[in-house]
Amino acid sequence: MENNLSIDTGLIRKILTEFLHTEITRAGFTKAVVNLSGGLDSAVSFVLATEALGPQNVLALRLPYKTSSADSLEHAQLIADQFGSPIKTIPITGMVDALIESEPEISDMRKGNIMARLRMIVAYDQSEAFKGLVIGTGNKTEILLGYTTLYGDSACALNPIGDLYKTQVRQLARTLKVPEVIIAKPPSADLWTGQTDEGELGFTYEEVDKLLYLLVDRRYRPEECVEAGFEEKFVRRVVERLRKNQFKRILPPIAKLSSRTVGYDFLYLRDWGT
Amino acid sequence: MKLNLGLAQINTKLGDVQCNLERHLNMAKQAWQAGLDLLVFPELSLTGYALQDLVPTVACHPEPDDPIFRPLLYASREIDLMVGFVEEDARNRFFIASAYLSQGEVLHVHHKVYLPTYGLFDEGRFFAPGNSVRAFDTRYGRFGMLICEDFWHTSPPYLLWLDGADVLLFASASPGRGLNGEPKLASSAWVEHTNRAYAGLFTTFVVHSNRTGFEDGLNFWGGSTIFDPDGKLIVQGPYFEEALTTSEIDLNQLHRTRAQMPLLRDERPELVQRELERILNGK
Repeated sequence: MENNLSIDTGLIRKILTEFLHTEITRAGFTKAVVNLSGGLDSAVSFVLATEALGPQNVLALRLPYKTSSADSLEHAQLIADQFGSPIKTIPITGMVDALIESEPEISDMRKGNIMARLRMIVAYDQSEAFKGLVIGTGNKTEILLGYTTLYGDSACALNPIGDLYKTQVRQLARTLKVPEVIIAKPPSADLWTGQTDEGELGFTYEEVDKLLYLLVDRRYRPEECVEAGFEEKFVRRVVERLRKNQFKRILPPIAKLSSRTVGYDFLYLRDWGT
Repeated sequence: MKLNLGLAQINTKLGDVQCNLERHLNMAKQAWQAGLDLLVFPELSLTGYALQDLVPTVACHPEPDDPIFRPLLYASREIDLMVGFVEEDARNRFFIASAYLSQGEVLHVHHKVYLPTYGLFDEGRFFAPGNSVRAFDTRYGRFGMLICEDFWHTSPPYLLWLDGADVLLFASASPGRGLNGEPKLASSAWVEHTNRAYAGLFTTFVVHSNRTGFEDGLNFWGGSTIFDPDGKLIVQGPYFEEALTTSEIDLNQLHRTRAQMPLLRDERPELVQRELERILNGK
């Protein structure tokens, strides 16, 4: 089976740090802000940003809710200390509870989305205060599966790791000297106690990354993935998730009326003129 | 004869022709002072690559009275230059173009004939395709120019070879892509592989100038190369970094290689023509 998810981490590290440095400086900035959840993805984005801009120019944010695990906070501190970046802790409990208190029937999903979006608000406010751009922490697996909160954790100025599958981010983390305790722990959004990504998704990153690689990168048809050894039900589920979450990956469509419309025929890169 | 070649592996400012022109003139001066005969710039070196709706605003004319070409032609009195730009023709069609400038004259202009419009590429939406592939004479011999996708197809290098080009000048703005666990992106490996093959198959020099830098999320990988008529790598620029990579090439290598490997002598273009006519006529 054609299924190569291994990466040359030295090459990727060079491209991604250069990407961050170039794209941040040409936008007129020298600094960055990263929401450090205590997990793997934000640790990797953070380390890349410190290499691109210097540790003192990257603000590490810890934005705990009262149910956030102690490990999350501790691991975020660990990584910020290891690289010597400024760190700021702003609990979001008061803001979240002010919203959810008036909604007694609120589901875990809604609470999770509120937390993710309040963290976005705090990050963007700190972005203005620190004069640094918000660095994205979403990987290719979660972007493709839509396992992310729209306008929440997906919001950022630029994202260095969005074209790396979760298992590839893990390879890169080792090269970047992310502490093993962060690499080894089960991935979790930590939006409620005991939540894990793989528990919620119903499959492991290792399995789904191999499937997504065939479907997306190698353009295998679903039936070819089944022939290649994946369970049919699993393939159908993932294909459906891919399709249903396209809305999270594009800007909202604008109803076209004029002869030149943003999103259709008003086409410029963000780097226009820089 | 010896030819002192420079590969101007530069980054560009997207849509800012004046700024990029300054860069060209500075580099031309630096190259001339270093004793180079020819400086080769990458694809769209005067404009940047992913221009989209900027195309009509950056176009120019390779004429002595053009404000962009006037200083370039002036600089070419000291050193031959190959530059990349957007040309707007008399009927207002826009082309991805390379111009060869020498001793104050435009010796040749090539319009990119293959416009990739697939995957991450959208050139066919914004540009007209060129319609000819011609070699041209310079004071250093007969050369040919191609732009990026042109040499992902085998026919343009083949045509230049038959038209007498002994030095193929290739320009690219090649976005790096393709992870495979190797320390080199798949796109870089492929371009190097094919350029080496052209050099050996056609027993010619193959000179490739590729840009660096980023445009939004696209990385341009540099790694410009010169291969000799034996397919041997003479020099390579660094990956991902701006550089002026130079090398003296010995054009007498053509004599030595072709004396023992007479692929050009034995090539049978009339057979190709006959079979192409049959294929195209559906017989």
